Amino acid sequence: MTDAAYNFAYLDEQTKRMIRRAILKGLAVPGYQVPFASREMPMPYGWGTGGVQVTAACLTPDDVLKVIDQGADDTTNAVSIRRFFERTGGVAVTTRTEEASVIQTRHRIPETPLTEGQILVYQVPIPEPLRFLEPRETETRKMHALEEYGLMHVKLYEDIAHNGAISTAYAYPVKVEGRYVMDPSPIPKFDNPRLESAAIQLFGAGREQRIYALPPHTKVVSLDFEDHPFDPSKADHDCDLCGSGSSYLDEVIMDDEGGRMFVCSDTDYCATRRARGFRGALSSEEDAA
Amino acid sequence: MPTTEALTGGFSDAPVQAARAFRAALEVMARPGHIAPVTGAQAPGLSGAASVLLLTLCDRETPLHLAQGSDSAALRDWVAFHLGAPLVPAEEAMFALGSWAALAPLERFRIGTAEYPDRAVTLIVEMDRLAPDGARLTGPGIATEARLSLPETAAFQRNNALFPLGWDAFFTCGDDIAALPRSTKVEAA
Repeated sequence: MTDAAYNFAYLDEQTKRMIRRAILKGLAVPGYQVPFASREMPMPYGWGTGGVQVTAACLTPDDVLKVIDQGADDTTNAVSIRRFFERTGGVAVTTRTEEASVIQTRHRIPETPLTEGQILVYQVPIPEPLRFLEPRETETRKMHALEEYGLMHVKLYEDIAHNGAISTAYAYPVKVEGRYVMDPSPIPKFDNPRLESAAIQLFGAGREQRIYALPPHTKVVSLDFEDHPFDPSKADHDCDLCGSGSSYLDEVIMDDEGGRMFVCSDTDYCATRRARGFRGALSSEEDAA
Repeated sequence: MPTTEALTGGFSDAPVQAARAFRAALEVMARPGHIAPVTGAQAPGLSGAASVLLLTLCDRETPLHLAQGSDSAALRDWVAFHLGAPLVPAEEAMFALGSWAALAPLERFRIGTAEYPDRAVTLIVEMDRLAPDGARLTGPGIATEARLSLPETAAFQRNNALFPLGWDAFFTCGDDIAALPRSTKVEAA
């Protein structure tokens, strides 16, 4: 199945060593963005080139790979990356969270809790949490060095002043082990509590050439205020297919008359529940039978 | 007259063996105190585990320091053939290899800068014994606590106090590796 024209997992060995060294330093300094010499990949920037390079550096032939895009295993980005590693690495693939040893994700953390031995690789567009507040890399680097994160709290405070609540709903900034403020990639803030995990979490930003990491059980705190504590909110609804009241939901517009339904963003979680007999408000007749 | 010893002892299937070795290195660096086996390489005078780490992480872009006791003409030839890593004094090294005693004084090594804490040395410490007992470890990567037979505790405490600066260490013994990043808090047993 492996395309023999490519080295195992596509990248050449020297590139993989360079990425591997960056990953190890990232693990040693959790939350710090390690610069790396990102390569051009056979897909455009914005399609997960950072995540793909991190995954390529970590994969072994024994791995079982799962790739999700916004929780879904069956979207273009997820399908093409999964096929890419099937062809260039000959690795086994799955859509089941429990069966996967390496999971590459775009903008979600699976609903099923991850376990020791699993690796979660995030695709990151803008790794610098301070970038929209301070465009100069020289300045944000200094701010991280001096642990000068007042500007981020001002931003969250302005949210409260304007809207009465912190309106940041995704890419919600976190503080890692009380030291570095980190962008958890554009995951919904609903997923933030799951950043404290038994799995190894690696973050790859291809265009921005940064890798960072969270070792298992690393302390990750979402920034907030005493009188405005962090609230990992979600749509106030149950999944219309599997009835889950605790999963993160996508809103799907059904017609031109305001009809809509809410479904789990994590397709594996939803399908597994339906296979076990759980039903939602809009499950079809055949499903219920 | 040069021998052919330098030409042997490398990976026979580099992409796959390096991938497996890196996964072990990743696991032990992410879970301080965890011990994992690695195989596939043998450099003259080194443990198998240290040889595998060199092949997996070092190349011509990584200045390497060989401490007294590990440094030998045979090893230099092996490094030149398999890695191409420039051999440098301790102060310039990105990787340094040797016994704990030979690597001292540790103050010589690079600990990174406030803006680039990743520009710090990775020590590869050859050990006579590596076991999950002894010093108590807590911090990132450890659920409650872990134990590891460290050569001492004071140096690791001083290093941790420098966080986010500081060096990171791999420990090698036979075919086993373990690691201790600068983020780990170490207490005497």
